[in-house]
Amino acid sequence: MSDAARPERTHRDGVRAVAPLAVAVVGFGISYGVLARAAGMGLVAPIVMSMATFAGSSQFAAASILDAGGTVAASVTAAVLLNARYAPIGVSVAPSLSGSWWSRFLHAQLVVDETWAVAAEGEGRFNPRVLVGAGLTLYAAWVLGTVMGVTFGDVIGDPDRLGLDAAFPALFLALLVPQLTNRRAVEAAVLGAAIALALTPFTPAGAPIIAASAACLLGLRRSPDEEPSA
Amino acid sequence: MSDTWIVVVVVSVVTIAIKALGPMLLGGRPLPDGITGVVVLLAPALLAALVTVNTVGGDRELVVDARLPGVLAAALAIRLRAPVLVVVLVAAAVTAIIRAVSG
Repeated sequence: MSDAARPERTHRDGVRAVAPLAVAVVGFGISYGVLARAAGMGLVAPIVMSMATFAGSSQFAAASILDAGGTVAASVTAAVLLNARYAPIGVSVAPSLSGSWWSRFLHAQLVVDETWAVAAEGEGRFNPRVLVGAGLTLYAAWVLGTVMGVTFGDVIGDPDRLGLDAAFPALFLALLVPQLTNRRAVEAAVLGAAIALALTPFTPAGAPIIAASAACLLGLRRSPDEEPSA
Repeated sequence: MSDTWIVVVVVSVVTIAIKALGPMLLGGRPLPDGITGVVVLLAPALLAALVTVNTVGGDRELVVDARLPGVLAAALAIRLRAPVLVVVLVAAAVTAIIRAVSG
């Protein structure tokens, strides 16, 4: 996958990589704004949350639980559970982030599933410039969508009508396929999907994805027959 | 402070901390050899789980709806080496059309 002759990717490559998704993220932000407004979160709190948290699925979960009359504790737990995957994801990115502590802190905040996946360069390395380009693009789209959703969501209607919810798994699939360069990666993917599928009916949202990350422990196995992935 | 603001502040602070943890503690240093083998498999494992949950995941149930044909169409587009933009558009379009037709 990695190629020494390939020119190093830049911020612009990060912007380009997530551009197809920016529209879907705006739509997703609109749905969040509409839901949060319906949940009685008011006008300002959902926007502040999008600016500070920048993790869509967890914000959705928190708002939907408040909307259903759930407790603060249930709402917070669901959101934190959904974001727990960013702990191992953060560890995977860490070696690629050098520089001062505040630079690492800010880079870390731009890590979401999509930016992490497009910044991957194979062999466990990540390109910080691609991360920043992709991260700022999706951050702007997410906050813009939220503002649009809380202010005039009623006029826009339901973004699911446009099939935007199918855009996310499609992107993740498009990012997954190029990663399947060796047998181990395929095994980890199959196991990860199987764990998520098996747990979804029984656990709160977020738990299946965190449990699926355990599939990477396949990497602890020794397999002398494996070809080195190039 | 209202319930809403408690949720907003607590979730934001905890999420910022979770994201910062790895890069703040381990930033710029290579991971030990044994760990690298594990971390390179995190991407395929998590991406496959994200595809699964976002395609057939519901509220504590598996749901087969218009998302599934959308994602299958995306898989076909990937197979035909379509660019990512096309893949994403195909998924959204197929799902939207099925929803429109099925009312």
